[in-house]
Amino acid sequence: MGKRAGMDDLVRLLQLAVNGTAAGCIYGLVALGFVLIYKATEMVNFAQGELMMLGAFFAYTFVGLWGLNYWLGFGLAIAATAAFGYALDAVVLRRVIGQPQFAVVMLTLGLAFIFRAVAGAVWGYDAVGFTTPFTNKTANFGGGVVLGQDNVSIIIGTVILCLVLYLFFSRTRLGIAMQASSQNQLAAYYMGIPVRTVFSLIWAISAGVAAVAAVLLVPVQMIDVNMGLIGIKAFAAAVLGGFGSIPGALVGGIIVGIVEQLAGYYLPAGSMELTSNIVLLAVLIVWPQGLFGQVIRKRV
Amino acid sequence: MSGTFSARDLSMRFGGIRAVEGVTFDVQKGEVFSIIGPNGAGKTTIFNMISRIYTPSGGSLHFEGQDITRIAPHRIAGLGIARTFQNIELFSHATLLQNLLIGRHCHSHVGILSQLAFLPSVRRAEIEHRRRAEEVIEFLGLQRYRDQLIANLPYGVRKVVELGRALCTEPKLLLLDEPSSGLNVEETEEMGFWIQDIQKDLGITIIMVEHDMKLVSAVSDRVLALNQGRILSTGTSAEVQSDPEVIRAYIGGAPEPAKEDAA
Repeated sequence: MGKRAGMDDLVRLLQLAVNGTAAGCIYGLVALGFVLIYKATEMVNFAQGELMMLGAFFAYTFVGLWGLNYWLGFGLAIAATAAFGYALDAVVLRRVIGQPQFAVVMLTLGLAFIFRAVAGAVWGYDAVGFTTPFTNKTANFGGGVVLGQDNVSIIIGTVILCLVLYLFFSRTRLGIAMQASSQNQLAAYYMGIPVRTVFSLIWAISAGVAAVAAVLLVPVQMIDVNMGLIGIKAFAAAVLGGFGSIPGALVGGIIVGIVEQLAGYYLPAGSMELTSNIVLLAVLIVWPQGLFGQVIRKRV
Repeated sequence: MSGTFSARDLSMRFGGIRAVEGVTFDVQKGEVFSIIGPNGAGKTTIFNMISRIYTPSGGSLHFEGQDITRIAPHRIAGLGIARTFQNIELFSHATLLQNLLIGRHCHSHVGILSQLAFLPSVRRAEIEHRRRAEEVIEFLGLQRYRDQLIANLPYGVRKVVELGRALCTEPKLLLLDEPSSGLNVEETEEMGFWIQDIQKDLGITIIMVEHDMKLVSAVSDRVLALNQGRILSTGTSAEVQSDPEVIRAYIGGAPEPAKEDAA
């Protein structure tokens, strides 16, 4: 009897950890979008969550409304959101480079409101969804470990995306040009890198990553205009990881996700929403630069 | 025509300030051409116009007969013009070798998918880039710093790395912005040797802005002296230094203009 109960606890803990990791992957992917843009352009994009929301609605249009194949709709949603991200930088944000940071904050916050309003006008304010190959299916791992395919697909999808991004940034000329432009714009110009275009492409990648997060999230959450508020938790994840570190964003996201799940189970109701911020505060008190942050010391 | 450069009636205004006014000069292939002048004379302004950070208010710039007055700055490298910076602009979170390889960027033309798949053509191109980078490392004697992060290298070495990165773009014209700034006497002397080697062994045309008159005299074929945005004198180093106008501008008489050129 005691052994059985112990087993159950272990399985429950494992399931909480997997659910938390899945939620954390979504936070991590949105956080990754923050970090990519920040590293390159030193702009903090407070509309990152809303880009994810738009990605979700694009996918809903392609798969739910037009009845396209899930994978085709997935690809089209990424492409459409990425194109939107590119245009957003090329038309709007490029103009505020070099302006005070609060101008960028106000601009992106304003854009977030506009996106929500436009999405509400186009797709309505009711929550919608569509069926994915992973909806309501379980994967039995034996030993009583049964996990939802939806959560497992989020984790696997995130791993694949990270691998592709890693190869892109380390192997391709464009990826290396992006790294170079992030480190030193002036020098990058004289290496023949079209820095402005590269920055717009970084916006496209951030938006594309947000769209992947959105589509991965569909099996576990409905799509509505306010789903972009997840960006606040993702922001906490990015700061936790040391804002500016790509692995940090993902690790930060997963920590926030797991802590939330555990708090939801073991702590009184309502504490789930607080924990991510409590963890963030605790980490920042101990390591002010975040978990993976670079320490920048100024000689004075 | 290869490596020749000319500026015609170049001028630059910032609001009401005439930083550069009616400057005309020609640089021959394989020549070391130095621009000197007191602070605020307009040296860096001219340099930034050549490297297309500033668009001239008037006049034109020609490289190998081609008008480059309005070309985008990132296309400069592809034409065969490279530059260094007074305050060093390297990719400081990358290694020396990586910095040099980025210098090869403008010579790479492989598709993104074949890069992701690391096809044989990509492999061959990478080996070639690496070989050229190693040649530059050997040329400048940087072997022992090859895999170190730029952030960990001393200032004097970084200055040479920047020179190396510029050479990796295989330039026909090299723009050096105060190559001696921040260097001690021996390092400055060494920098002079590198400049002479680059000119003699690689046949690269060099335009240089410099304060250190010893370095200028040692390496320059011709010197252009500026004051308050106008040409005072052009000629060999000795001719320019004995020009009474130049002496007056340096030692006294001329009022000190605003220091827009100081950075």
